[in-house]
Amino acid sequence: MTKKAVTTKEKPAALEVAMIPIYVMGKRYEVPEGLTIMKALEYAGYKYIRGCGCRGGICGACGTIYRKPDDYKIYSALACQTAAEPNMYLTQLPFYPANHASCNYAELKGVPEDIYKLYPELFRCVACNACSKICPMDVPVMDVIAYIKRGDIEKAAREAFDCIQCGLCTSRCFAEAPQYHIMQLARRIYGGKLAPKAMHNAQAAQAVKDHKFDPMLKELMSMNKDQLKKVYNEREIEPETAGDNWKPKEARYLLKEFLR
Amino acid sequence: MSYPESLKNLIKQVESTRPERVQKKKAGIEIPAMTLDERADILQKCHPDYIPGTRRELKVGPSKGYAVAHEFADLLESKSRFDPDKVDFSKVDFETDVLVIGGGGAGTAAALLAQENGAKVLLATKLRHGDANTMMAEGGIQAADKLWKDSPGYHYIDTLGGGHFTNVPELAYRLVNDAPDVLHWLECLGMMFWKKPDGTMDTLPAAGFCRSRLHFAGDITGAEIMRVIRDEARNRKDDITVLEFSPAVELLLNEKGQCAGALLYNMETEEYFIVKAKSTIVATGGSGRLHVQGFVTTNHYGATGDGIVLAYRAGVPLKFLHTLQYHPTGCIFPEQLEGLLITEKFRAAGSHVLNVNGEQFVYEREPRDVEAAAYIRECRDRHKGVPTPTGKRGIWLDSPMLDLIYGEGYVKKEFPGKCKQFGRHGIDIAKEPMLVYPTLHYQNGGVEFKATGETKVPGLYIAGEVAGGIHGENRLMGNSLLDILVFGRIAGANAAIHAKERANDGKLNLDHVKAYNKEVAEAGITGDRVSPMLLPDYTDPRIKERQLSSHYVGTLR
Repeated sequence: MTKKAVTTKEKPAALEVAMIPIYVMGKRYEVPEGLTIMKALEYAGYKYIRGCGCRGGICGACGTIYRKPDDYKIYSALACQTAAEPNMYLTQLPFYPANHASCNYAELKGVPEDIYKLYPELFRCVACNACSKICPMDVPVMDVIAYIKRGDIEKAAREAFDCIQCGLCTSRCFAEAPQYHIMQLARRIYGGKLAPKAMHNAQAAQAVKDHKFDPMLKELMSMNKDQLKKVYNEREIEPETAGDNWKPKEARYLLKEFLR
Repeated sequence: MSYPESLKNLIKQVESTRPERVQKKKAGIEIPAMTLDERADILQKCHPDYIPGTRRELKVGPSKGYAVAHEFADLLESKSRFDPDKVDFSKVDFETDVLVIGGGGAGTAAALLAQENGAKVLLATKLRHGDANTMMAEGGIQAADKLWKDSPGYHYIDTLGGGHFTNVPELAYRLVNDAPDVLHWLECLGMMFWKKPDGTMDTLPAAGFCRSRLHFAGDITGAEIMRVIRDEARNRKDDITVLEFSPAVELLLNEKGQCAGALLYNMETEEYFIVKAKSTIVATGGSGRLHVQGFVTTNHYGATGDGIVLAYRAGVPLKFLHTLQYHPTGCIFPEQLEGLLITEKFRAAGSHVLNVNGEQFVYEREPRDVEAAAYIRECRDRHKGVPTPTGKRGIWLDSPMLDLIYGEGYVKKEFPGKCKQFGRHGIDIAKEPMLVYPTLHYQNGGVEFKATGETKVPGLYIAGEVAGGIHGENRLMGNSLLDILVFGRIAGANAAIHAKERANDGKLNLDHVKAYNKEVAEAGITGDRVSPMLLPDYTDPRIKERQLSSHYVGTLR
């Protein structure tokens, strides 16, 4: 296509917005179309204490359940991420009781039995899949529980990574299992006990404990602004796609013993 | 729903310049970064911090005469939320060794370390445990731990350069030096870092850094950190008691001049409770919900700067609170995602930023303040912003080019959270670019504290975003998730030691609050403003007119 230079000095008119009816816990309100459920409730006059958190779809405070007219299905959403639709019948579920089984994490062995002992109720799962269906993050919750049952903690941890712990799965669970706590335990066991260790990081942490960087840091801390600016401007920049094997030419603040 | 026709047409401009841009990127050809002088110039002309008339000098308190944004000044030139004469100190509701105020990353890390150092901990938080900006931090956490090409020395240089060489050296030293151990701690607690099969942690470069040292867990690094350390705090429930929906509204001192607890407010029953503590840690986070200069924010609902008010009234001065961070890439369209953080990881991975003609106008990896200023210049001064259907101006962030550079599926794999969020609105960010504009993101400064976590007031410790000085006038990406853990752990450990060795028992009082209220009145500040704010008020003005029996001041009913 031919390239046309555009400038955008004039302010475009905002679009006219239509009003739609929604039903908050059964009660009708008229709200502007296009607002999220959360903003629609605030527009209607609700002032949140519970049921509102990050407003960015990651904290799990605003799990919402709704139905549509003449539809038997139960739908779920995050109130902060989902546009209100006409004739939604909705309620938020800001809290649902769930048992958190405490443990001494350091003493866990990193085996599936760790999870079985703490959460034996997971074997009450009847594979109804209500948990997966209601998950607003599309985590395959029932499958994750199945992976744990068959001892595949890595797979469980990876598949459960997007969980925001809103608790909607637990609210629907026939087995009364706290899936989101179980999945948290699986992720922690994988991350801390099964995944390969970052040896380079342990080495660096040890070097800090041995005060190996103190001389260079003391030198830098004593510099005035102009000296620091000079060091800053002269420092070598690692190319974006260099990768872990990149070797810098300038090694003023590298320790020889760690060079490869 | 997806992009409307008007935007789809403009996306064609982006697509028309993309092949050539990708080719150059692959060949390592970048548009030039700004010199230090050019950076200073654009900040002066286009950064919101530098607009005359947006700050005023404080009339009261330990930093009287220091100019901060009107929104902060309003908070600080306010009276307490309650009448301090009405508080009855004859009955203490909770007694603990260490009181932690704030249940985000800094507060939770502090609680864990205080517990490990033998303290009984009470963690009081305004919303739920974990409701914090930590949860929302996406990109990653910095640490120089690939020693064959990196060291804390380079991390220090980068951090000071990003802060325009204004950072407090002792604080920056602690930040970079403790970084590798913080990551080791997280790994041992079970955090799922993205790694190579041999265990090497994946790292990315980031704006203002000379090395690739941004460690991450998908694009929800903060959430992963938060849920891991929160789970660990729950494991230690015998020693760590958590009180939710119970913000602190004032610190308590004793007659020995030590900080000795706080007054909590149960937001649901509207009762006030007295907590007596041997040490107190303020870890209340940031303040994006003050909407300084009317900017939208990426911040959590509870980010209302409460800790600044508490510590300031108790006598702790402010530091670097005159600078705020506007994240260059907040979502500006669709409206439902407005203000949403688009992680810097997109630019770290090489996404170009483009004007309405699909042209590059700034290197995509300038420090955040410089990058944000460049977007404002492009839209406000050069009139080359992308017009949105909601009447705003934005900049294109070219995510689809990443699939062309790193291979099909890269965007989906590296940014699962963002794909999902935009996918809900019919936008596939692997195929279509995102529309962004600077959004209020981070409080660079806060209250004054030392590298030990201590403040001027004995027994009062500080950690996290409420602290000032670590980042100087501008924070770099990934240094914040790092700072909350470095200084959270330090504050927790030292507060526990203080509780054991130095805390003096004494009579609790609110004399400092009484004196502050008097100072406010004497400064001629009138009106019924009270603080801390606790929660923002998004009630529609027309609704408010009908709420005849509610008296809203901040969130006070």
